[in-house]
Amino acid sequence: MMEIGLTHFLVVGALVFLAGMFCVLTRRNAIGILMGVELILNSANINYLAFSRYSSMSYDGHLFAIFVIMLAAAEAAIGLAIVLGIYQTFHTIDVEATDTLRL
Amino acid sequence: MTEISLFPIVFYALAAVTVVSALGVAFSNNIFYSAIALMGTLLGAAGLYVMLAADFVAVVQIFVYVGGILVLTLFAINLTSRIGDVSISNRSLGRFPAFVALALSGGVMVRAIREASWNMVEVREAVPTINGIGNAFLTEYILPFELASLVLLAALVGAVVLSRKELRD
Amino acid sequence: MQEAAHTAHEAAIHTVTYLRWIPLLPLIGAVINGIGGYWIQKSAGKNVVGAIACAMPLLGFVLAVRAFLQLMGLDASERLLLDSVFPWIHVGNLAVDVAFQIDPLSSVMILIITGVGGLIHIYSTAYMHEEPAFWRFFAYLNLFTFAMLTLVMGDNLLLMFVGWEGVGLCSYALIGFWYSEWANASAGSKAFIVNRVGDFGFMCATFLLFWSLAEAGHPTLLFREIAQHAPLLENHVFWGMGTVTLITMLMFVGATGKSAQIPLYVWLPDAMAGPTPVSALIHAATMVTAGVYMIARLSVLFDMAPTTGAVIASVGAATAFFAATIGTTQFDIKKVLAYSTVSQLGFMFIAMGVGAYATGVFHLMTHAFFKACLFLGSGSVIHAMHHEQDMRKMGGLKKWMPYTYATYLLSTLAIAGIPPFSGFFSKDEILWKAFSSGHRIVWFVAVCAAAMTAFYMFRSVYMTFHGESRADEHTKHHLHESPLAMTIPLMVLAALATFSGFLNVPHALFGDARFDAWLAPVVQHGDHGAHGAHGGGHHVEVIEYVLMALSVAVAAAGIWVARAMYETGTMKPDRLVYAFGGKLYRTVYNKYYVDEAYDATVIAGTMGMTRVSAWFDTNIVDGIVNGSAWVVRMLSQLYGLFDHYVVDGAVNGVAVVTSVIGSRVRRLQTGHINAYLYVVVLAVVGMMVARIW
Repeated sequence: MMEIGLTHFLVVGALVFLAGMFCVLTRRNAIGILMGVELILNSANINYLAFSRYSSMSYDGHLFAIFVIMLAAAEAAIGLAIVLGIYQTFHTIDVEATDTLRL
Repeated sequence: MTEISLFPIVFYALAAVTVVSALGVAFSNNIFYSAIALMGTLLGAAGLYVMLAADFVAVVQIFVYVGGILVLTLFAINLTSRIGDVSISNRSLGRFPAFVALALSGGVMVRAIREASWNMVEVREAVPTINGIGNAFLTEYILPFELASLVLLAALVGAVVLSRKELRD
Repeated sequence: MQEAAHTAHEAAIHTVTYLRWIPLLPLIGAVINGIGGYWIQKSAGKNVVGAIACAMPLLGFVLAVRAFLQLMGLDASERLLLDSVFPWIHVGNLAVDVAFQIDPLSSVMILIITGVGGLIHIYSTAYMHEEPAFWRFFAYLNLFTFAMLTLVMGDNLLLMFVGWEGVGLCSYALIGFWYSEWANASAGSKAFIVNRVGDFGFMCATFLLFWSLAEAGHPTLLFREIAQHAPLLENHVFWGMGTVTLITMLMFVGATGKSAQIPLYVWLPDAMAGPTPVSALIHAATMVTAGVYMIARLSVLFDMAPTTGAVIASVGAATAFFAATIGTTQFDIKKVLAYSTVSQLGFMFIAMGVGAYATGVFHLMTHAFFKACLFLGSGSVIHAMHHEQDMRKMGGLKKWMPYTYATYLLSTLAIAGIPPFSGFFSKDEILWKAFSSGHRIVWFVAVCAAAMTAFYMFRSVYMTFHGESRADEHTKHHLHESPLAMTIPLMVLAALATFSGFLNVPHALFGDARFDAWLAPVVQHGDHGAHGAHGGGHHVEVIEYVLMALSVAVAAAGIWVARAMYETGTMKPDRLVYAFGGKLYRTVYNKYYVDEAYDATVIAGTMGMTRVSAWFDTNIVDGIVNGSAWVVRMLSQLYGLFDHYVVDGAVNGVAVVTSVIGSRVRRLQTGHINAYLYVVVLAVVGMMVARIW
C-alpha cells in the first residue's frame, strides 16, 4: 500500500462533497436537502484539516473548521426552524409543493 | 513498525465508512435511514480528523454534529411526519440531470486534485492542539470569535421566533 | 514575567488549602437543596432542608474564624493567605487562576458574610416556615452566600467579577422569589437591569486596567500585583484623560449600580418586594456593600485619582442626604429601612471618597450588624402583623413583642449615632475624616443626613412600637412574639450592634483604633498627597471633640423631633408638612419622582425610538414602495389602453412570442429549491473550469 497523503484525504472529501451535492440536487424533502448541506460542509472540513496537516504550519485550518461547525449548528437550528414553519403553513415539506413563494 | 502499517488500514476503513455512509445519505429512500447514515458519515469524518492530528476538532465534531445537529434533524423528521403519512418518504426527483452536474463537478475536482501543485510541508508530530487553538481564538481570531457568539445568539433567537406558532400568525 | 512576579512575592504569601471550603460549602448546600430539595422537603421535612442550608454558612464561619486567627498570628506585612484551586485562564499574556485569598480586608468581609449570613439563615427557617417552596429559598440563599464569598475572596478581578455577577443573579432570583405577582417579578427585573448598567462600567474598567498595565509591561489582573505595579500608571494617559482616573471612575459606576448610589439607586427600594431575610442579608448587610469593598480592595488606584475621590465623596454625600429626606416621609417600614440603607451606603462612599478606606469598611461592618438587626426586627413585626408593612396600622407593639422591640431600639440607637453604640464610632469617624480632609461641604451635608437618620429611625420606632395600637381586632388578637429561631439572631445582632464600636475607638477617645490598624496593610499605600486623610500622626485636635459633640447633638435633636411628633404629639407632622408647603412634601414622598423621570426619559426614549422607526417604516419606506407601485400601475394602465385601442391586432404575434419567452424566463423563479441549486452548481463548475483551463 502506498503512503497515505494529502491526495487521499482530498479524494475522500471530494466523494463526500459529491454525495452531498447529489443529495441537495435530488431531494424533495427539505430536511433531506439540509442533510446534504451538512455533507458538503463536512467535506469542506476534511479539506481544511487535510491542508492544515500537510501544507501549513499553523492552526488556521482548525479554526476555520471550528467556525464551519459553528455556522453549521446555527444553520441547522435556523434551517430546521424554517422547515417547521413551512410544515405548519403548507402541511408538507416537499419542496416541489411549496413553490408559491408566498403564504 | 506496526504504526506505519496500521495507518493506511485505519484510513481506508474510516474513508470507507465515511464515503459509504455519505452515499447512503444521498441514495436512501427513507429519510430515517438517511439520517442514520449521516451519523456514520459524521463519525467517520471525526475519525479522519483524528488521523489528521486534529483532536479538538474531532471532539467538537462529535459533540456538535452528532450530539446536536443530528438529534435536531431527527426531531425535525419526527415533528414533520405524521405516522402513516407519505411525506416521511424521501423520494428524489430528476436523477439524470443531477448525474450530469455530478459528473461535471467531479471532473473539475479530479483535475484540480491531480494537477494542482500544493505547498507541502514536513508532517509534524501529532501534538494536542487545544492550547494552540485556544490561543489563536483569543488573540489573532478574537473578532471572528466574538462575532461567532453574536451569530449563535441571533440564530438562537431566530429559531425561537420562527418556530413559535402564535408569533407568526 | 508572571513567574517572576510570583517569586518576588512568594515570601509574603502563605499557602493553605482550607480556604476553598469557605465558598464551596454554601455551593454544596445550594446544589443539594437546588437539585434534591424538593424531595428532601417532601420526604424528610422542612427542618432537614433548613439544617443543611444553615450548616453550610456556619461551618464556613468556623473556617473564617480559623483563617482570621491564623492571620492574626502573622506579621502585619505578611498577612496574606492564598489557596490556588486550579489554573483558569492562561492565554497570551493573561494568566488567571481560580484562587482564593484572605487578607485583613477580606477576613472582615467573610466574617460578616458567614456570621451575619448564618444568623439570617437561622432566622429564615422560622420566617419562611409557611412557604411551600422552602427549599428553593434556601438554595438561592446558599448560592448567594457562595457568590458573595467568591466576590470577596477572589484573588483577581475576573474571579471578583464572577462573584459580582453571581450576587446580582441571586439578588434577582430572591427579589422575585414570589414571582407569581407581577410587581415582585418586575422589581427583580428592575434590579437586574439597573445593575447591568453598573456592571458595564466595571467591565470597561477591568479591560482598561488590564490593557494599560500590559502597556506598562506588567499585564495582570491579580490584586496583589495590581497593588505592586499601579505606580507605573501614574502618568499614563488614555483619550486625553488620566488612565487611572478613567479606570476608577468606571469602577465607581459599577459601584453605584451594586451599592445603590445616585443615579442608580432606584432598584434598591423596589427590591424590598423580596422576603425580609433577603432584604437583611443581600440589601443591607452584604451585596450592596460590594461596591464599598471593591473600592477598598483597589484603594491603591483610588488613591492615585483624587478627582475620582472628590466625585465619590460628593455622590456619597448627595445620596446620603436625598435618601434620608425620602426616608422621613415613607410609611412602609421596609421602605424606610431601604432608604436608610441607601443613605448609610452614601456615608460609606463619603469615607471612600476622602480616602478613609478603613473607616468606610468599619462603617460597613457596624452597618451590617445594626441594619441586619433592623431588617430582621421589621421582619419579625411583619410576621406578627400578617404581612402588614404600613406603619400607620401598627403602634404599641412593644407590649406584645418585647424582644423584638428591645433589639430594634438598640439598633436604632446605633444607627442614630448615640454613644456608646457602634454607629456613633463609625459614623462620627466618617464625619471627622470628611471634615479633616477639607471636604467641608460634604461634611455639612453628611451631618444634616445624620440628623435626619436619627429622626426617621426614631419615627419608625415610635410609630411601630409606641403609642396605641392601630391594628384591627383580628390582627391584634393574633399578635405574638416571634419564635426563638427569630429572636436569638436578633439578640446576637443587637449585641454586636451595641458593642462592635469598641473595636475602633479613636485616639481622641483614648482608644487605639485597632480596626484601622488591622486594615492598614491593605488600604494604606504610602503618602499620595493631600488627598488621603489616613496616616499622619496621632495628634488630637480640639475641633474633633467639638464635632463629636455636634454630631451627637444633632442626632439627639433628630430623636427629640421624632419624639415630639410621634410620641408626645406636641408637634403635629401635618402642620410641619403645611409649613414646608405641601408640594415639597409630596415631591419627597414620591421619591422626587425619580422613577417617573426615568420613565419619561430613558424608557420613553427607547420606546420613542422604536415608534419613530415604526413610523418611518410605515410612512416613508412603505410610501416609497407604494408610490412606485402606483406609478407602475398607472403606466401599465396607460400601456394597456394604448395596447387595447391602437396596436391590438398588430402586436398579437409579438405578444405570443413574449409570453413564450416569459414563461421560459419565469422558470428562473420557480420556487423550486433544486432548480436554484442547479444554477449554483453549474455556475461554480463554470467558474472553476474557467480558472483551471
